[in-house]
Amino acid sequence: MQLEHMIYMDHAATTPTDERVADAMEPWVREQYGNPSTLYTIGGHAARAIEEARATIADFLGAHPEEIFFTSGGTESDNWALKGAADAHRKRGRHLITTTIEHHAVIDTMEFLEKRDYEVTRVPVDSRGIVDPEDIRKALREDTILVSVMHANNEVGSIQPIAEISELIKDSGALFHTDAVQSVGKIPVDVDQLGVNLLSLSGHKIYGPKGVGALFIRKRTRITPLLHGGGQERRRRAGTQNVPGIIGVAKAIELAAETRDGEAERERALVARMWMGLQERIPDMALNGPEDPSLRLPGMINFRVEGIEGEAMILCLDMNRVGVSSGSACTTGSLDPSHVLLAMGIPAELAHGSLRISLGRDNTETDVDYFVDVFAPVVKRLRDMSPVYDK
Amino acid sequence: MYTEKVMDHFRNPRNMGVIEDADGVGEVGNPTCGDMMRITIKVKDDRVDDVKFQTLGCGAAVATSSIVTEMAKGKTLDEAMDITNKSVAEELGGLPANKMHCSNLAADGLQEAIKDYRSKQGGGEG
Ligand SMILES: Cc1ncc(COP(=O)(O)O)c(C=O)c1O
Ligand code: FES
Repeated sequence: MQLEHMIYMDHAATTPTDERVADAMEPWVREQYGNPSTLYTIGGHAARAIEEARATIADFLGAHPEEIFFTSGGTESDNWALKGAADAHRKRGRHLITTTIEHHAVIDTMEFLEKRDYEVTRVPVDSRGIVDPEDIRKALREDTILVSVMHANNEVGSIQPIAEISELIKDSGALFHTDAVQSVGKIPVDVDQLGVNLLSLSGHKIYGPKGVGALFIRKRTRITPLLHGGGQERRRRAGTQNVPGIIGVAKAIELAAETRDGEAERERALVARMWMGLQERIPDMALNGPEDPSLRLPGMINFRVEGIEGEAMILCLDMNRVGVSSGSACTTGSLDPSHVLLAMGIPAELAHGSLRISLGRDNTETDVDYFVDVFAPVVKRLRDMSPVYDK
Repeated sequence: MYTEKVMDHFRNPRNMGVIEDADGVGEVGNPTCGDMMRITIKVKDDRVDDVKFQTLGCGAAVATSSIVTEMAKGKTLDEAMDITNKSVAEELGGLPANKMHCSNLAADGLQEAIKDYRSKQGGGEG
């Protein structure tokens, strides 16, 4: 089979911008340049558009519009939630809890806080990549001020029991933050059902623009601003808003609200088809992450292939016009493979040989079948070349 | 990220495989670090008569092993011992800085194979 276009299967890294999102943004890039903080008409247009966007997002998350604050994306939202909560509550305590499988935006921020005399407990996960709520509860202390657990993991797709954790810690006085960058738009995300005080989301994982996102801050939650300056975002996040970006995120959320559940079902079926095809064709391969598809993000599958390395797989797949990611260190230039796979107890040599496929709206059954067809010979070729695989 | 020459060696690796009755075997690297290389050589009249590689690793690891076999073939053992990691990288038109770790394996693997051959010869030539 010959294909003209690239088959993109790395939607957890970023998504193609939906045409309707781009169309919605365009006027705000071109003629509608008004500063939302000004008093004359064009500024007023922008201000109103931002408030409509805020209401759309709030509605989708089951929140109030005053609880949504626009940021420059998932990384800023995570940084703000953690540093802001740590700073605002430092008189009450200096203990923070998180897990071993967080995104680097949380891991590195926690390390930063540790160097500033906060104490961090990192709760481990099981072999499926899921944290036990009981372990979070056990980690609580008198002086715990913040718990941060991601909603869905960005490498293996494992969904964390956020509502259960919230139930167990709600009387402790600690704030609860979740990084929902990967789950928003793919599975139900409702701030009351999850029981969180703080929630991060990002535009570019949901067919929206890059460099824009939001932080949900529940009413009466005290957190210190990360950015100081003008009085934007009700004095909590300074800086002239990214108007086109904000319009784009809201449009992306609106589209997700229409298609989420049907799309989730469709992607689950595609992943099941792919996994079945791969298992028929390739020996010595295993799933990383929960076997139960309901505990995984719909379009995500991560697996390890014995005897070969991830970057080589990615290069071979790229030669066949397929774009995917790997848990191998070689793709990042560091020597350590994915911290998530290691935290799940997967040996380093198998973590290096792991691949993450994340399907999205644009993928079809034809793409999935094509992937299986090109991947099987890639594995064979690399195993023939490998000094550690002679089966 | 990689030069066209690196990609060419990755796509069409030269001298891939194992020499079954090899005169020298060099094994370097470690799978837990994501990279491992095995070089086997056949020696005739103090020259590298034939050489093959097997590699577990990234694009740079494969390309450096492939090109080192090309560079070594036909050289005297002393000349082959002089092939350095630097000359391998130069021959490929350069490698990304973060790939220096694994791309250092290829020349090491070749030198190990030659040392292995020499030690089997009873160390007569040192
Ligand atoms: C779980 C998670 N958190 C945070 C981020 C960072 O988001 P952004 O790229 O918008 O800064 C990402 C995306 O890479 C992610 O997957
Ligand atoms: S084998 Fe890991 S960077 Fe090359």
